[in-house]
Order: sequence, then C-alpha cells, then structure tokens
Amino acid sequence: MRTGAAAENQGAAWRRPRLIHMKHPVLIFLLLFALALPARAQDAFTAGLTGLGTGFNQTAESVDRLGASGDPRALPLLRALNDGRLLRRADGALLIRDGAGATDALTGAAADATGAEVVRLNNRVRVALRGALGRLQLVSPDPAERQAAAEAVFRSRSAENVPLLDTALARETVPAIRARIALALAASRLMANDPENKLLGVTALGATASPEARAVLLEARATNPAIAAQIEEAVAAIDQRLAVRRAAETLFQGLSLGSVLLLAALGLAVTFGVMGVINMAHGEFVMLGAYTTFIVQEALRGIPMLQPWSLPLAVPAAFLVTAACGAAMERGLIRHLYGRPLETLLMTFGVGMMIQQSVRLAFGAQNREIISPAWMQGTLMLPGDIAVTQNRLWILVFSLVILGLTVAAIRFTRFGLEMRAVTQKRAIASSMGIRTGRVDALTFAFGSGIAGIAGVALSQIDNVSPNLGTGYIIDSFLVVVFGGVGSLAGTLVGAFGLGTINKILEPWAGAVLAKVFVLVAAMLFIQRKPRGLFAQKGRAADA
Amino acid sequence: MSLAMSPIAADARLRLGLRAGLAIFVLLLGIMPLLNLLPVTNPLHVSDFLVSITGKWICYAILALSLDLAWGYAGILSLGHGAFFALGGYAMGMHLMRMIGPRGVYGHPVLPDFMVFLGYQELPWYWLGFGSFPFAMLMVVLVPGALALIVGFLSFRSRITGVYLSILTQAMTFALMLAFFRNDMGFGGNNGFTDFKELLGFALNTSGARAGLFYASLIALVLSFLICLRLTRSKYGRVLTAIRDAESRVRFLGYNTTSHKLFAFVLSAMLAGVAGALYVPQVGIINPGEFSPANSIEAVIWVAVGGRGTLVGAVLGAFTVNGLKTWLTSAAPDLWLFVLGGLFVAVTLFLPKGLIGLIKGRGR
Repeated sequence: MRTGAAAENQGAAWRRPRLIHMKHPVLIFLLLFALALPARAQDAFTAGLTGLGTGFNQTAESVDRLGASGDPRALPLLRALNDGRLLRRADGALLIRDGAGATDALTGAAADATGAEVVRLNNRVRVALRGALGRLQLVSPDPAERQAAAEAVFRSRSAENVPLLDTALARETVPAIRARIALALAASRLMANDPENKLLGVTALGATASPEARAVLLEARATNPAIAAQIEEAVAAIDQRLAVRRAAETLFQGLSLGSVLLLAALGLAVTFGVMGVINMAHGEFVMLGAYTTFIVQEALRGIPMLQPWSLPLAVPAAFLVTAACGAAMERGLIRHLYGRPLETLLMTFGVGMMIQQSVRLAFGAQNREIISPAWMQGTLMLPGDIAVTQNRLWILVFSLVILGLTVAAIRFTRFGLEMRAVTQKRAIASSMGIRTGRVDALTFAFGSGIAGIAGVALSQIDNVSPNLGTGYIIDSFLVVVFGGVGSLAGTLVGAFGLGTINKILEPWAGAVLAKVFVLVAAMLFIQRKPRGLFAQKGRAADA
Repeated sequence: MSLAMSPIAADARLRLGLRAGLAIFVLLLGIMPLLNLLPVTNPLHVSDFLVSITGKWICYAILALSLDLAWGYAGILSLGHGAFFALGGYAMGMHLMRMIGPRGVYGHPVLPDFMVFLGYQELPWYWLGFGSFPFAMLMVVLVPGALALIVGFLSFRSRITGVYLSILTQAMTFALMLAFFRNDMGFGGNNGFTDFKELLGFALNTSGARAGLFYASLIALVLSFLICLRLTRSKYGRVLTAIRDAESRVRFLGYNTTSHKLFAFVLSAMLAGVAGALYVPQVGIINPGEFSPANSIEAVIWVAVGGRGTLVGAVLGAFTVNGLKTWLTSAAPDLWLFVLGGLFVAVTLFLPKGLIGLIKGRGR
C-alpha cells in the first residue's frame, strides 16, 4: 500500500516532472518511438532485430524496441529468445531452432544453423523480455492470449503502454477483450504525466462498473491531489453502477433459489394443496427423479447420437418413474388413511425412509455425477456486466414452464376437471360417474411426477445423493403453507418471495443465519395468516 | 373366564395388570446398577454397556412421556420435541462445561476450550450463571418451557392445528439446528460440548456417578409418569382429551382451549428438557445433531409403537423401539432404516393403538 511519504514524493515529482525523465532516458525514447509507431511498424521490426545477440545491453534494447513495435511477427521470435532457441550466425542472420532444424527469423525459410550461437540472456534481458512479450501478446492472433495480455498490462499499468493499447484497442474485435483493453488503457492513462491524459483516464475508468477500476482510482487519488475531485466523482459513479449490478445479481440469485423452491414445492402444491394429503416422502420422490436422470445418462452412454439429449430425455423418464411410485403408494397405503392427516404424515415419513435406504443400498451413499450438457454450462454476461450462470437461468425458465404446464393440466384437461370436481365435492363427483379412486391415484401420481421432474433440474445444481430430498422437504412445505394451501399462484409467489428474501438477507447475515431468519419469518407469518398469502375462501377453506 | 366379566371390570383388571407390570419393570431397572457391582463371573452380572444404554433409554422414555402428553392427550403432534430435549441438554452441557474449570486443553480458568480456540475474551452474557447447579437446573426447564410458550401461544392463538402445527414445529427444530451449527453462536458450533469432567463434585467417569445418574433418571421417569398420570386423570386432563377429539366443540362449550393446550405443551417441553439434561452427562456429549428433525420424528414413532394416549404405552414404546434399534444397528445395520420405516407404516396402518392396543385387544 502506498504510504503518506510516497504520496509526498509523488507530489514533488508532479511539480518537477523533468526528474522522472532524467531517471529513465530509455523510457522517453520508447515513448517518443511508440508515438510514431503505427506508420512505421514494419521498419521498427527489422530495425529492432539488429542489436540481438551482440551484447546483453544491445539485446535488451532491441527486445524493448521489438516490444514497442507492436508487430505480431516479433512474438515467435521473442518466445524463441525466451526459450533459448534463438541463434545468431556469424554473418548476423537470426535463426530460430525448431526441433532438429532451424528457420530464418526474418523470412521464415529453412536455414543452415552450423556455427550459429545461442543468443544468451541475463536478468536485464529477461526483464525486458517479460515486458515486451506482455505487450506483443496484445496483438496476438489467439484471443485467450490477448485477454491474458490485457490483464497483465492492466496490472503493470504504466504510461508507456498507452499508444500500444490504443492500437490494440483499434484492432480488437472481441467485445470482452475490448473491454479489458479499454480498462487497461484508461488505467495506464492515469499514470501519464500530462493532466489531460490523466483526466481522460479518470473519465474512462469512471464510465465502467468494475471494482478493479475503483481500486485503481482510489490508489490514484492519493497521488494526484490536483484531480481528486474528478476521481471522487468517477468513484461515486462506479459505486452506483456496482450497487445496481449487485442488486441485479442478488435478485437473480433470489429468483434462482425461488425457482428451485418452486420446483420442489410444486408437486406438494398438488398433493398437499389440492388433495390435502401430506406426503413426507415428497423429498424422496425428488431424489428418485435425480437418480432417474443418472440412470438415463448411464443408459445413453453407448448411444452417441442420443447422448447430448440425455437431460431432456430424463424429464419424461423421471416423471413416469416417480408418478408410478406415487400411484403405487397412493393405492397401496395412503388410501387407507384418508381423513387421518397425522397418521398419513408419519406413514409417508416411514416410506420416505425406506426409499432413501433402498437407494443408498442400490447406488451407494456417495454422490453420483451428472454431466451438464454444454448449453447449460458457463456464465452469461447480461448488459451491465451482470453475471448469470447458465444452468440456473435454464432452471428458472424450466420451473416457470413446468408451473405453466401444471396450471394448464389442472385448468384445461379432462383429468384436471375431474380432479377439481373430486376435490370440491367427492360424493357429487362420484354420482356424476367420475371414478374418484382412480382420480385420487392419478392426482397423487401427477404431483409425485412433478417432484420427479424437479429432481431432474436439481441434479444440475445439487449433489445427487440419497439424502438429496431431505434438504428440501421443510422448505417446500413452508412455501406451500406460506403461499396458501390449494393455490398455485400462492406457491409461485411464496417460492420466489422466500427465495429472494433469503438472498437479500444473505450478504449481511451469512447463508445459515439468513435461512434461519427466513424460517422464523415464515413461521411468524403463518401464525399471523394461518391460511397463507392466497387464502382460499368459502367452503373449501374449511375442508 | 373373561366372558363372565363386564367390559369395565376387564378394563380395570387390565389397567391393574399394566400398572403391576410397570412397577415390576421399574424394580428390575432399579436393581440393574446393583447387579452391575457383582463379579463378572456371576451369571446375574449386568455389563457396564447395558447399564449405560439403559440409562439412555430411561431418558428417551421421559421424552416419550412428554411427547405423549402433547400428542396422545392434547392432540398436538409436535415434530420438534427433539428441540426441547436438546435445549435441556445444552443447558446441562453449559453447566458441565463450566465445571471443567481449568482442566481444559488450553487450561483457561473460566473459558471452555472452544471459546479459547475461537478467541473469546470473556464469557458471553448468556453463559453467566451456568456455573451454579441450581441455576442451570432452572434453565433446563425454563428455556424449553419459554420456547414452547412462545411457539405454542402464537400457534394456538392463531388456531394452527394438525399437520400445520407439525410442520411448524419441525421448521422450528430445523432452524435451531442450523443456528446451533454456527460457531459464533457461542455453543461450540459443530462439535457442541464434550469432555465433561464432573457434576456436583463427582467425577463423571466413575461407576458410582453412572449409577447415580441412572437412579436420577429413573426417579425422574417415575415422577414424570406420576405427574402425567395425575394430570390426565384430573378434570383438566378430561378437557384436554376432549380438545384433542373435538376442539371446536370444547371451545363452544366455553373452555379456553388455547390455555389448556398451552399448559400441556409447555409442561411437555419442560419434561423433554429434563430428559435431555439427564441424557447429556450419561452420553458425555451434546451437539447440534440432537436438533435434527429426524430425531424428533423418531421419538414420535416410539409413542406410536407403544400406543399413544396411554402413558404406559409411551414408556413401553421407547424401550421397545430403542432396544430394537440397539440390537439391529449392530446385527444388521443396513436393515435398521427399513425396519424403522416399516414401523411407521405398520403402526399407522395396522396398529393405530400401538402395542398397548394389541394387549388390550387380547385382554378382552
């Protein structure tokens, strides 16, 4: 960190700029040289070669010149020098050793390497090489290399890089790298000696939303009292943008957690909310869905054509598997306990325990790996540098689609109509010829199937292990009760509400305490409004 | 023979039989630590392991009794009774930590090891007073009681019943578990409390102290049983049972159902706290795992297996299920969770009145 003494020194230097110049004659030379660069790049390259291998100082100077040239041809040459593969023949020709043979550094033609000597390095040359390579990489044909170079130049910011960065910026086409180069350029301008250049840098940095730019500005504020006001302004502008970005990212994280909760709770909203059956094995159905994803993935390993489709194919598979389990459970067990919710709770908990243990014995207790398809990996940059992870974005979209499908199934299908009829008045529905037992089984299977689909999505962001579902069951019930039992809209609002509140609390309370707060808040809310946000009114409320 | 008897007489006889069985059972438990003193070669010798594990089961039986009072008599299916048990245990644990004194690894005269390790300078305010045994014992009942009072008051007043209350209590214990896992709560985080040295001046690792704790637990069990018996046979108990069966009707008859339920719930939480406090010195450790929702729901199944709504049943269930657990987890560890899960299913579907119901069915 800069101390006060250093700041004073810098202040003195500001008043007497010539001091710096006299300390670094090479630097001024380079600066002047680089300013004239764009027009004379070709000449600079050939001219730069001359001193190589004639002595350490000459080599170092020539490396500096090559670095300043900004010519891409200098890159392989300096790399060869760095690796000890650059040779100088007695006649002055420079060769690059390439395995057994050698090529002429200037023409690239094969050349005779007899009698050639390796150009030797000392520390001064190495330092020069490092700088030159860094600068030259800015114009490298490889985007990753340019990106790395921009980072390096940003870290070692100095005024002499300004012209170089200017040319690199003009040439650059990849937006992400352009942004990095622009940042490095602005930071380098800040190190320049003339106030106009400095102010240009401050303005450019102030226009970004980067914490790094903020740090650079704060550092510069100590050494540049003359433009402190402008720097303050720029920092404030960055802070504001950062705050907006942070808010946007928190919102996304909240929505993402909300989508996870929504997926986990949606099945419950059907079985508990619509049917009134409390299924503590719901979490285990989610877990079964995740394991179905794993099985589908393993089964498709042998078929290269279908392999990329394993995840989409797992969705119907998981639905069918868990729906079948749900139907079996409803017909075999739950049916006998209708009207006794507490017993249903205990019984389903026991079933969940057995499912979990079966999976543990069959697949082992360790986590199973699910491979994410390429289109779900990586991070998406939204405008304003808001980072959004692809898999979470997909899950958000997926959860809304599943919600839409669930609503549609209940509203617009024959099955949904029968389901609502049975929920509203079983005896009348039965007398109208609806087979209520069958509808019960199908409804429960439907809710369980949604749990399985949730498992497919959760397999992308959570560990697939036998106790995957345990973590979601309490949250899911709170979401359903919070939103209002029997209301899918309530489940939607409840899930996204609890998710967002949780993520908003996290930065200042920590992840665990935030969760505790949300649990307590949800509990208190339920005390105030026992029927949830979207309370059902009328006769259904007393059921 | 039973044909000649009226059903009421048969019922009374059965009740007498159960009581006699319980008395014999308590007597048998009472002589266990004495039999432990016999030489190993004696066929009546009882091993250390059996004595210590029976001591644990006695604590579980108190927990089962307390849960039965809430669920079996008041109809409050609490899935968070493990939290009250753990809070009582933590209160006792705090006292035991203070009793370690300077014998900890770091040798600090006042602060427990984990606080020295975490850089505490002095005891947090909520640790003050736990050096005194009577204060700690007061906290053993007051802390769980206060939590039950708050949660119960808010819930019963809002008329939250049935599964909603169950989920709420489960969320309560889950939230407490997460909170106690945090290091900066001042309760030892993940590791909880352990390495206890002494209680009331007795070193905990002696067989004398073990026997003492065993008897203390046994006395607590008998006392809890008598309190619950007295309570459930009283007019208050009748009203409580009526609330369980038809809360609205009892309310319309002019009873304040909220306060009736609240009293039962708070008393039940206090009993659970006592059970936890007796449990901790016997097992020598308390950590946030005790708050896990699975523990609470396991306690529910003890009561369900024994027969809810009967005090003998709760005790019987606690001993039966835990005996089964101890045997199976060593004989066939993979099988235990199937058996436990199967118990949940079998009891709810086929044996709603539990083992006691089975015995009564035979008695008729």
